[in-house]
Amino acid sequence: MSQDLELSLYVFVLATFLGLEVIRRVSPLLHTPLMSLTNAISAIAVVGSILVAGEQKTVLSTVLGTLAVTCSMINIVGGYLITYRMLRMFRKSGKERS
Amino acid sequence: MIEPVIPLLYLAAAASFVLALKWLSSVTSARRGVIIGVLGMALAVCGTLLKPEIVSYRWIAVAFVLGTVIGIPMAMMPMTAVPQRTALSHAFGALAAALVGTAEYYLQTPHIDHFTMSALALEVLLGFLTFTASLMAFGKLQDILPTRPITYRNQNVVNLALFGLAVAAGVYLAVRPETAWLFPIFAALALVFGVLLIIPIGGADMPTVISLLNSYAGLAAAAMGFVLNNKLLIIAGALDGSSGLILSVIMCRAMNRSFTNILFGAFGQVQPAVGAGAEEKTARSASAEDAADILRAANLVIVVPGYGMAVAQAQHKVRELYDILTKARVEVKFAIHPVAGRMPGHMNVLLAEADIPYDKLMEMEMVNSEFPQADVALVIGANDVTNPAARHDRNSPIYGMPILDVDKARTIMVIKRSMNPGFAGIENELYYMDRTLMVFGDAKAVVGSIVKELAGGSMH
Repeated sequence: MSQDLELSLYVFVLATFLGLEVIRRVSPLLHTPLMSLTNAISAIAVVGSILVAGEQKTVLSTVLGTLAVTCSMINIVGGYLITYRMLRMFRKSGKERS
Repeated sequence: MIEPVIPLLYLAAAASFVLALKWLSSVTSARRGVIIGVLGMALAVCGTLLKPEIVSYRWIAVAFVLGTVIGIPMAMMPMTAVPQRTALSHAFGALAAALVGTAEYYLQTPHIDHFTMSALALEVLLGFLTFTASLMAFGKLQDILPTRPITYRNQNVVNLALFGLAVAAGVYLAVRPETAWLFPIFAALALVFGVLLIIPIGGADMPTVISLLNSYAGLAAAAMGFVLNNKLLIIAGALDGSSGLILSVIMCRAMNRSFTNILFGAFGQVQPAVGAGAEEKTARSASAEDAADILRAANLVIVVPGYGMAVAQAQHKVRELYDILTKARVEVKFAIHPVAGRMPGHMNVLLAEADIPYDKLMEMEMVNSEFPQADVALVIGANDVTNPAARHDRNSPIYGMPILDVDKARTIMVIKRSMNPGFAGIENELYYMDRTLMVFGDAKAVVGSIVKELAGGSMH
């Protein structure tokens, strides 16, 4: 196993445990915003998409990359915006919405 | 040059994502979480745009504009449409991963090592199957496709065989990445499997399925991280994967079912009419006026919302009911079952949209002890999650599922369109109890007329 790969696997396993710990604490009240936020975060696939689209190595890869950037961008813009919209709706009794 | 800074930008982005999720743990800090999440994404995108490998920004710019133009309307959908919107965005996320995987395959073969190819195969498999599965889920949630489970003989055998074939093709590609003719077949198998996976799943199982798809979309992104040797992708993908996993487990527990049962069990398909002597039982029906009288005299009312409230778009009328009762010094609380609605947390978002304070929304474990003190439990469009058979009837298909103890309230009022049993055709014995009143009609119309009665009554 190469060192890079070993390191990547460590990162993956530790990030999964960290994710489980952090997300376990999210109140069920916010499970829908949680899902739309993690959806926006997983649009990090935009990083790979930009590389493929911008390297312009072959026509096929540029087309696929551009499509992928579009898909990721939809999720980034749509995901963060709707999460924010949802969270703005939650208010405590006796308080106005902020 | 700027290049050495890029890894630092990625590191900061990864930290931002962790903070974003951490701050989501409470309502007060949650919005800060979204903002730092946006910041993290901006750092990641800027870092990537600075990379020297990028020779042209033209298509990237086009895609940015296109994505933004489609993304904004998708964020402005009404809250009742959030489940289908979420399914659709899982589809986009998974498709992005699958497309990048496909592009990388054709760019890198035949100079691709076995490990990278394994990760790539996983990325493409998860990406394409999640893409079609999410589209199917979207179709079912949007009522484009029939929501009831569709089953046929040997369905599980067919599905498993197809999945086996897809995995075999993936393994073969990992061993011999140069087998280029196999790649399109592999991708097609994944696409078809995604469709078949969702066909037998009914509407009520959507909360679990949508969580599972959330997890797959994240894992596809993490697999992409292994292909590109990018730690940021691995971290963000792992966070998304674990979030989906936790939600799926919570949903499964709330239905007392296992993953395999949900994916292969086709719930509600072969349930014979449980309790053959149903005709002898009678339910008491009441008018909106009766309901208003009882509610006016109550001290504590617990509202139990379900998918029916979402379908009827009754949440704003429910808010009016909440207002008028609260003003009359009746305490109103909301009991939220984890699987009420079509996705995790669906009811909370709907009620928050209707401007009901979130401290009145109570989780199942918290609220169940309060039902015995409640004068009225008002069930609006919920069914199976209130069925006492889950506690004692070993023959019931929902036996063992944790339920809201609605039957312990002094009076139970059920707003329902008709006596037709809900999904799965399970008879709800709650409706035949002496203390239960059925108010028939569309949830929005019924709650509206109750509000009108209450308003009229208080003026006299």
